[in-house]
Amino acid sequence: MRMPVPDERIIRERGTLIARLQAAVPGGVVVDETSMRPFETDALTAYRQMPLVVVLPASTDEVAAALRVCRAMGVKVVPRGAGTGLSGGALPLADGVLLVLSRLNRILEIDYDNRAVRVQPGVTNLAISQAVAGRGFYYAPDPSSQIACSIGGNVAENSGGVHCLKYGVTANNLLGVEFVTIDGEVIRLGGKHLDPEGYDLLGVLTGSEGLLGVVTEVTVRILQKPETARAVLLGFPSVEAGGATVAAVIAAGIIPGGMEMMDNAALNAAEDFVQAGYPRDVASLLIVELDGPAAEVDHLITRVEAIARGHGASYCRVSASEEERLAFWAGRKAAFPAVGRISPDYVCMDGTIPRRTLPAVLTRMEALGREYRLRVANVFHAGDGNLHPLILFDANDADEFDRAEKLGAAILRLCVEVGGVLTGEHGVGIEKRDLMTDQFGAEDLAQQMRLKCAFDPDGLLNPGKVFPTLHRCAELGRMVVQGGRLPFPDIPRF
Amino acid sequence: MTTLAPETESQLIEAMRWAVAAEQPLELLGRGSKRGFGRPVQAAHTLDLSRLSGIVSYEPEELLLVVKPGTMLADLSAALAERRQMLAFDPPDLSPLWGGAAGAGTVGGLVSAGLSGPRRLKAGAVRDHVLGISAVSGRGDLFRAGGKVVKNVTGYDLPKLLTGALGTLGALTEIVLKVLPAPEVTRTLVLAGIDGAAAHQAMADALGSPAELAAAAWVPAGLPWPGLPPRTPCVLLRLEGVAVSVEARLGHLGRLLEGRAATAVLEAEDSARLWAELRDAAPLARQPERAVWKLSVPPMQGMAVLDRIRTALPGSIGWLDWAGGLVWVGLPDGDARAGLVRGALPGEGHATLMRAPDGVRATTPVFQPQPEPLARLTARVKAQFDPKGVLNPGRMAAGG
Ligand SMILES: Cc1cc2nc3c(=O)[nH]c(=O)nc-3n(C[C@H](O)[C@H](O)[C@H](O)COP(=O)(O)OP(=O)(O)OC[C@H]3O[C@@H](n4cnc5c(N)ncnc54)[C@H](O)[C@@H]3O)c2cc1C
Repeated sequence: MRMPVPDERIIRERGTLIARLQAAVPGGVVVDETSMRPFETDALTAYRQMPLVVVLPASTDEVAAALRVCRAMGVKVVPRGAGTGLSGGALPLADGVLLVLSRLNRILEIDYDNRAVRVQPGVTNLAISQAVAGRGFYYAPDPSSQIACSIGGNVAENSGGVHCLKYGVTANNLLGVEFVTIDGEVIRLGGKHLDPEGYDLLGVLTGSEGLLGVVTEVTVRILQKPETARAVLLGFPSVEAGGATVAAVIAAGIIPGGMEMMDNAALNAAEDFVQAGYPRDVASLLIVELDGPAAEVDHLITRVEAIARGHGASYCRVSASEEERLAFWAGRKAAFPAVGRISPDYVCMDGTIPRRTLPAVLTRMEALGREYRLRVANVFHAGDGNLHPLILFDANDADEFDRAEKLGAAILRLCVEVGGVLTGEHGVGIEKRDLMTDQFGAEDLAQQMRLKCAFDPDGLLNPGKVFPTLHRCAELGRMVVQGGRLPFPDIPRF
Repeated sequence: MTTLAPETESQLIEAMRWAVAAEQPLELLGRGSKRGFGRPVQAAHTLDLSRLSGIVSYEPEELLLVVKPGTMLADLSAALAERRQMLAFDPPDLSPLWGGAAGAGTVGGLVSAGLSGPRRLKAGAVRDHVLGISAVSGRGDLFRAGGKVVKNVTGYDLPKLLTGALGTLGALTEIVLKVLPAPEVTRTLVLAGIDGAAAHQAMADALGSPAELAAAAWVPAGLPWPGLPPRTPCVLLRLEGVAVSVEARLGHLGRLLEGRAATAVLEAEDSARLWAELRDAAPLARQPERAVWKLSVPPMQGMAVLDRIRTALPGSIGWLDWAGGLVWVGLPDGDARAGLVRGALPGEGHATLMRAPDGVRATTPVFQPQPEPLARLTARVKAQFDPKGVLNPGRMAAGG
């Protein structure tokens, strides 16, 4: 993985930079190696890099002041929330400032009547739901990392969770943000009202992986918890039958609260780890959660069961209590660490595919696993076609590591080939950066980079992430105008 | 004055390259049903996009529809209805508001105007349902963004950016839409004779319960609505889903709101007729002499905003949708009085001039003026998509 070549001039000026940052963010500048060490990687731990300086601002003003220093000195900036990102978005740069938002961790306002919560970006995802749980509310997007990940990171990655099939991802639950541009200007978009005015800059900022601005405040909508929720475990003799059931449930007009799938390897790892009560002998396991009034849940569970039986389900168990429902989910939510126990290392892929291609993709993925001589355990957000193949390997074996990376790339290319995309929720970061050209043409990428130029003309915010090659904005803006004559008579005119 | 009406993507690219090279501004049109929306465009030529039409693919089990922008919304809705699916953001038909015939709009126009109906409260806006786009930028280049799957974070979300941009960032050539199953049953609980703070609280309490409302609105006495008691302010709570569920939630709401107002239930057809009137701003479509505004505010502020305008300008009419968060107002005449209307905002939110004579819209900021840093950023974004200013100049902001 090639990162932008560090700028020696910046590294030489480290002393001046530190002094100026200390003036901008008193008490929030970390420069010694030991204290910086924990920041050298995010959850894509195969890649590590010590930053030049770590800055921990405690207010929007301090964020703005730090960015003005960086802009003035031409220093690169990598924003970081909680560092749980799986695509290396928060990987530091040797000649860059790592701007850590974790000290901005206050809940600023809870407004039940307007169903909105305003928080600082370092607040964890789960803390929002916990803060409003007393009144029966919650914040819907629930990434499995929700105890740790920050809401600012969620905005930057447009994170999803197991309930986003019905309730949407971050973008669909976000009402407003405050962010700071690389120029140190503070801009607010949206608020407690719906739909910001003008261009949907809130939409593009969401999922922009720290490349467009630094998010310093977030307003989300909260929802009332459904009256009841029950989950069904459905086991199938083949992965295909599970996949076909998923498609059939959706085709029947049912949008479950969640619809997750695990293959035999993943479900056994989870069962070993948390004893969720999963059947060990099925080829694939679906967890389908229905929520709403009890009458609706009962009705839909019957329909889902019937659909599953029609597709050859060999196992069916409906949660009889809240404890049991949570136990079903505990296995799924612990699937990554569970797989982590059966292999020294694993890497989690994140492609999305059209649902109907699920059986074919699984078959081809198995063949790819054999080709690269590596085990793959599969966990999916099946309802929306978002795959999480976990590739098991040993990082101490250089050859295995190399094969794991190649297998990962092959799986993602397969997703694109069948009409899907490289990443459904974890972001491009550095991990999928060089695969962007498999999904997008040169002009598609150029127009995305031009958008970045509108926000960050010198390319100082998180360079080396998302885009495979860096272009100067002047170069991207150049126009080669052909023609100049009215295209007549080929185009119908009247 | 030339009208270019490309029939293929490559013809569109050619037309755009000509405009860019000759620095000739274009007015982009579908069927022109929304020409009354935004500022009047100053362009010598017209780019007619209505011939780029047709459903490219529709896969009901993937909840996905790919369509060319010139497709009539009515045709698309019919295709969806056949498979018992819908566009969940509840697209309004505002053509009559701008003096046209009903059902005259294209999908490209709908997406570009970013208009969502009453269901927006629960289901999200147009932008939440646009998964992918292809477009020709004001550089004359075709670009694609987003994808053909529901869950996707690969690259910037340009589909959201172009949604609601009124053709000022590119000419759409293809739109990927997320569609959803249509509800089995729809019913509306009417709370009759409820006004002011009590109406707000009823909506907030209903939304703060697990009743899962699809929409919530308040209408004043004064205006005639189909199916509602005459001269009575009402709160309308719309429930959708499978029959057993709607039944259960109606019961729940009834108990929650017991004693606050007289209640009645509107069944399928009656409920649909009423919400269509609200969605399409029908009372205002029938009174073409009034300037019309739409204000987006924190839900609990809606009534106060409407009252401020009605007090300052007696003879104004209006109602609240999105549980109070959307205020529709018709002023007494065609004068937009932007200062007064925007002055009624509670320090948050925004006001859009939805209808006024051309001359008024040419001299009034139709969209909420933005604070300086945001306005500059907006101009920089526009310049990156349309450096020569050939795409609908002036439609969103003067000089932009
Ligand atoms: C065990 C595990 C399970 C996970 N499960 C899920 C899941 O179910 N769904 C899912 O979507 N993700 C999941 N993730 C991925 C990860 O938790 C999310 O991407 C999360 O949103 C990252 O938040 P963070 O605060 O840790 O961000 P970081 O990792 O610190 O940063 C992520 C990116 O956001 C940028 N960034 C962070 N904060 C800001 C800010 N304030 N302003 C601007 N840019 C910023 C960074 O530059 C970086 O590019 C999982 C991760 C782990 C380790």
